[in-house]
Amino acid sequence: MILIDVASWLLILAGCFFILTGAFGMLRLPDLYTRMHSASLIETLGAGLLFAGLMLQAGFTQATIKLFFILLLFFLTGPVITHALAQAALEFGIKPKLTEDRRGRLDDDGKAPASDNDGRPS
Amino acid sequence: MRLISFGTILFLFWLALSGYFKPFLLIGGIVCTLFVLYAARRMKLIDSESYPAHLFPAASTYWPWLLWEIVKAGWSVTKAVLRPKLDISPTMTRVVATQATPECIATYGNSITLTPGTITTRVDGNILTVHALERGGAIDLEEGGMDARVTQFERGR
Repeated sequence: MILIDVASWLLILAGCFFILTGAFGMLRLPDLYTRMHSASLIETLGAGLLFAGLMLQAGFTQATIKLFFILLLFFLTGPVITHALAQAALEFGIKPKLTEDRRGRLDDDGKAPASDNDGRPS
Repeated sequence: MRLISFGTILFLFWLALSGYFKPFLLIGGIVCTLFVLYAARRMKLIDSESYPAHLFPAASTYWPWLLWEIVKAGWSVTKAVLRPKLDISPTMTRVVATQATPECIATYGNSITLTPGTITTRVDGNILTVHALERGGAIDLEEGGMDARVTQFERGR
């Protein structure tokens, strides 16, 4: 099954590429929040492609099922952890470096404030 | 009904992870499943929020859609990270979640976070505060394409 081998190695290499890119981005990007975006590259595309490649290597075995459940666990818990970290950092007072803050476009009731129409805080 | 389908899934999960098919061990697995069911029922853990069985059919089309969104967003984050001259535009914004139930607002918030380049940082009722790596990501969410897709998912399609 040389075809499956080639496909699985392509997936594994692509996964490695995204993991390395994510790690590189975590060093390169300027602050906590932007670095978290880079980290989510690792846990979604990186882990996803890597696991897809490993599943092809394992074939129709129990190992594939287990790999699938680990990946599912990643996808279900990853965003919760990321959200918890981001919220905790904001509550703690770590200011994000922003080029644009559009939070003023909605007030707490979900309506656009009357004073400005372009979504920028006044 | 909910209990039966939950029990079936629990037992299949046990079967898939153990890989044992000897009668004695199978009975052991069934006993374990029944015990977990009993405990979960006593703790009133099985409700529409923790075990949203009514959403499973819609999830079969929602997940592939979300995976494709992840691939597209992941690629644009990859380009942003690798661009020789760092040219990002971090933006924070607030968006409205139009879903009716808490589990679907959670689905929307987690879908935003799962997509590279956008993170839900706060949830107040149905207002989500989002941090985006690039301005375009924030604008896309404000336009509400993903919100509409999750609402469609909530309605069972």
